Amino acid sequence: MKIREIKNILDAELICGENFLDNEVFTACGSDMMSDVLAYVKEQAVLLSGLVNPQVVRTAEMMDMKCIVFVRGKHPDLDMIELAEERDIVLLGTRLEMFTSCGLLYKNGLKGGSGI
Amino acid sequence: MEPLKLHFDVSGSDFTCAGEASGNIKKALKEIGFSAALTRNVAIAVYEGEINMVIHGGGGQIDVEITPECISIVLADQGPGIPDIALAMQEGYSTAPENVRQLGFGAGMGLPNIKKYTDEMIIESEVGKGTTIRLKVFPQ
Ligand SMILES: Nc1ncnc2c1ncn2[C@@H]1O[C@H](COP(=O)(O)OP(=O)(O)OP(=O)(O)O)[C@@H](O)[C@H]1O
Ligand SMILES: [Mg+2]
Repeated sequence: MKIREIKNILDAELICGENFLDNEVFTACGSDMMSDVLAYVKEQAVLLSGLVNPQVVRTAEMMDMKCIVFVRGKHPDLDMIELAEERDIVLLGTRLEMFTSCGLLYKNGLKGGSGI
Repeated sequence: MEPLKLHFDVSGSDFTCAGEASGNIKKALKEIGFSAALTRNVAIAVYEGEINMVIHGGGGQIDVEITPECISIVLADQGPGIPDIALAMQEGYSTAPENVRQLGFGAGMGLPNIKKYTDEMIIESEVGKGTTIRLKVFPQ
């Protein structure tokens, strides 16, 4: 699925990373706990999170993730946006809650870490 | 070949900057041409160590030596130390306070995760003096 489709499915706002909207991603994970993302996530390219602090971007950076979706209407500050821009990470923001966001993406073909 | 040496000072009071050193180390490994998988594994391990240094250790220093055969990383802090290292290594053991959990950390997964992503991990710690974690990854 193209990142652009994630934006459409979640009716999300593009916060940064317009140049990468046509990049393909296949898997995603959702968590507010960066410890768990670092410990359990494998190759997922998209991180959905309701947590907003610079470490969300850094965690995505370390794990080679391509896109972060902030759920529940959470919005990153300018420092976080700059951090993401420097790392070529797309930031999206949706008003939808975590469960609904994950469900919609899953229904449309995005998989979890185990490939299921 | 002379090893490439990198040194970073990690602030203990600036959570926002935690991860800066790990990001730079990741970039260096990538530029040298190590595989994406190896680069990611090292980055995750160092980042866990850097975060620990900030939230538990009051800041510290990270020293890296890179050769094609070995990536060696030493994370040293002068914080409170770890009284029981075996306990700290257990998955799920954490003394992180509530405010750290609200930042998305404190699941007690960091040290086990460092072990998982490195070939060698040695923890030296003295209560009241500090903690030094020595890591090695052998790319071959
Ligand atoms: N540098 C350090 N100085 C003092 N204590 C430490 C240090 N690193 C780890 N510890 C102790 O070991 C425990 C386990 O560390 P670990 O990294 O596994 O989990 P955590 O940091 O609590 O949570 P997580 O890493 O999942 O976010 C910590 O809660 C803390 O008590
Ligand atoms: Mg930790």
